[in-house]
Amino acid sequence: MPDARQPLAEQFATLPQQAEASRLGMWAFLCSEVMFFGGLFLGYIIYRHAYPHAFAVASRETDVLYGTLNTAILLTSSLTMALAVFASKEGQFKEVRHFLIATILLAIAFLGVKALEYTDDFHKHLFPGPMFADAGEPKTQLFFMFYWMMTSLHALHVIIGIGLLSAMTVRSAKNHFSAEYHNPIEITGLYWHFVDIVWIFLYPLLYLINRHS
Amino acid sequence: MNELAPATHTHTSAPAESYLDEHTVRSWLLTTDHKRIGVLYLISIVFYFLVAAVAVGIMRIELLHPHGTLLLNETYNKLFTLHGVLMVWFFLIPSIPSALGNFIIPIMIGARDVAFPKLNLLSWYLFMIGGGFVLYSIMIGGVDTGWTFYTPFSSTYSNTHVLTMVFGVFIAGFSSILTGLNFIITIHKMRAPGMRWFRMPLFLWSLYSTSIILVLATPVLAITLLLMAVERVWGIGIFDPRLGGDPILFQHLFWFYSHPAVYIMVLPSMGVVSELMAAFTRKEVFGYEWVAGASVAIAVVGFLVWGHHMFVSSQSIYAGMVFSILSFIVAVPSGIKVFNWTATLYQGSISFETPMIYALGFIGLFAIGGLTGLFLAALAVDVHVTDTYFVVAHFHYIMVGGAVMGFMGGLHYWWPKITGRLYPEAFGRLAAIVTFIGFNFTFFPQFVMGYLGMPRRYHNYAPEFQVYHVLSTAGASILGIGYLLPVIYLLWSLRYGKKAPANPWHATGLEWQTTSPPPKHNFDETPVVTGPPYDYTEDFEPKPSGVLHA
Ligand code: HEM
Ligand SMILES: [Cu+2]
Repeated sequence: MPDARQPLAEQFATLPQQAEASRLGMWAFLCSEVMFFGGLFLGYIIYRHAYPHAFAVASRETDVLYGTLNTAILLTSSLTMALAVFASKEGQFKEVRHFLIATILLAIAFLGVKALEYTDDFHKHLFPGPMFADAGEPKTQLFFMFYWMMTSLHALHVIIGIGLLSAMTVRSAKNHFSAEYHNPIEITGLYWHFVDIVWIFLYPLLYLINRHS
Repeated sequence: MNELAPATHTHTSAPAESYLDEHTVRSWLLTTDHKRIGVLYLISIVFYFLVAAVAVGIMRIELLHPHGTLLLNETYNKLFTLHGVLMVWFFLIPSIPSALGNFIIPIMIGARDVAFPKLNLLSWYLFMIGGGFVLYSIMIGGVDTGWTFYTPFSSTYSNTHVLTMVFGVFIAGFSSILTGLNFIITIHKMRAPGMRWFRMPLFLWSLYSTSIILVLATPVLAITLLLMAVERVWGIGIFDPRLGGDPILFQHLFWFYSHPAVYIMVLPSMGVVSELMAAFTRKEVFGYEWVAGASVAIAVVGFLVWGHHMFVSSQSIYAGMVFSILSFIVAVPSGIKVFNWTATLYQGSISFETPMIYALGFIGLFAIGGLTGLFLAALAVDVHVTDTYFVVAHFHYIMVGGAVMGFMGGLHYWWPKITGRLYPEAFGRLAAIVTFIGFNFTFFPQFVMGYLGMPRRYHNYAPEFQVYHVLSTAGASILGIGYLLPVIYLLWSLRYGKKAPANPWHATGLEWQTTSPPPKHNFDETPVVTGPPYDYTEDFEPKPSGVLHA
């Protein structure tokens, strides 16, 4: 792992080459992630199309308040992350740390809200299986199948993000970065924005659609 | 030769420290050297290949008799599942990319290592953990779903250890993704100065295309298996029709991965064959740009044809027609490649060294496999032969005849580079020929019996098929010898083989400009590329005969 004294890993010739490689690497990884979530989105779309009524009924059971609150939290965290990346380019690492910590706190808040929501969901018997609230209508279970899969996979990504962000905070505190060498922060930012974007898709699909009908 | 700056001829100076010089177990298990990781993969895939081969050997013995009594139905099902899972995910998919590619790619582009060496090691560990889960599922009783894990059998009805095996495949998938990612970035960002895209050897083009498929298709398999596993655990149904789910959705998702996956298996072999064609005809590959472009085209169009695996799955006739037409289109770039190789052979000064015999074998077998693919892509014909031995023969011609021949060719070609030793050429040629004969003996009768109606995955069958099965089993024994021979003489060569020179084939390509085996960081000085990849024009010194006769 490159550090302050030796930020250039030995397989690379120059720092820009290394930075470009890791940036491209993150993009390629995110393409792969898009395909991963894509399978779920595809399944969701197909069944929503097949059972519009059941999906509308089911989506009214989700708690739009929690969903909206979390959307706001995550959007704000994207902003603090962007500011952290910006500050790292300017070489202001004290600010970088503040923004990173703010991002981490927001991410924890997101998970907290999600945990409250999951607890509520359990009480309302919205977890698919024999205890499911609406046992007479199997297709609403399909909706909740997707709801749990999608949100829990997303939450897993948030947890991994918290790990990455913490590592960046620690490394920044240990002076591993400089205005020339800050690109781990930048690619962590890319990852974080991706997590945010996935949620931007989940929010309307799971919470908003068919509220009116 | 004008391709390189002279500074790269390291082999003329005192022998540099080779990447093999350290001997502790630790130095292997914690290595981040792409060459060592390549060797680790090589050993692992050969191991999985042997396990899978034993499974199929037992099956072929069982099939000698129409009412074979050696195996229970369940055992037979478990054996073909094991065979398929190991061969596809633990041998074919990693064979050339992870083993040979890991070793050769960075050297071929003049880099010190891949872009992310630690990720590379991680992907080997994931691969081994995945394989561990598969082996574990066999030890606790096996799985009977077939390598395709079709729902709802796999998700609801099978009483076998589907979860652990699927988990193994899932983990191995992440290993694939990481390897693909590493290769894409390495090829994009680590090329030596002067190596423009159209100066890259064709092996790099083919692995670049393969990596794109690995990165984009594998996650779809991962999520599909995850959904299936969740359904199996909680019994709630994305794929269960009783609950409104659709088992066909599983097939769509599965083949969206698995059709491109067949190209993961064969594209790398095509890359190897291109290298071999150039080296052993001493000519530039005819239509270099077309061969390079065809790799990318295969990768792209290969994503659009998955539905031809589902002609009889109740998908709509219109979907079937579209998939049929698209399947014909995807055959075009493969055809271009075969045409260009043939044109390369024309008027080349061909020398029939072992790798070349394998390469020629590849072309012959791949052509048969590809043409029968066209039969299958024709809707009406497929309805007749689907789920028969015709399909079995088709994909074995491509995957064993094609992909494994390419792998063996590449293994022999780069063996001196990897190990620093020469293998006995006469034995090599013998093995290549025995493999070719044994292969046709094994699989050609399967086309015939499939066409006559022998269904796949049955071990009790109508007596009129027996003659074909006996032929096939006989062929399989010859094929087995063809595969065992190299294991023996290659291992022998490690100890007793002659020391290899830097460039035993007198081939072009950066990998031949460094010592055999290469030093730790591949080159003492970064090479500079100034010309096209297969520059055999400038009276390239002819190969002194007998160099390789150890
Ligand atoms: C290039 C390398 C190729 C490989 C490695 C390959 C491999 C395979 C495999 C593994 C299967 C069997 C899957 C199973 O059911 O277990 C298969 C089936 C099939 N292949 Fe290929 N194939 C290749 C090329 C082609 C081409 C070029 C075409 C069409 C032009 C084609 C058309 C088909 C069709 C239609 C089936 C389905 C047959 C059925 O199940 O009824 N394949 N192939
Ligand atoms: Cu296919």
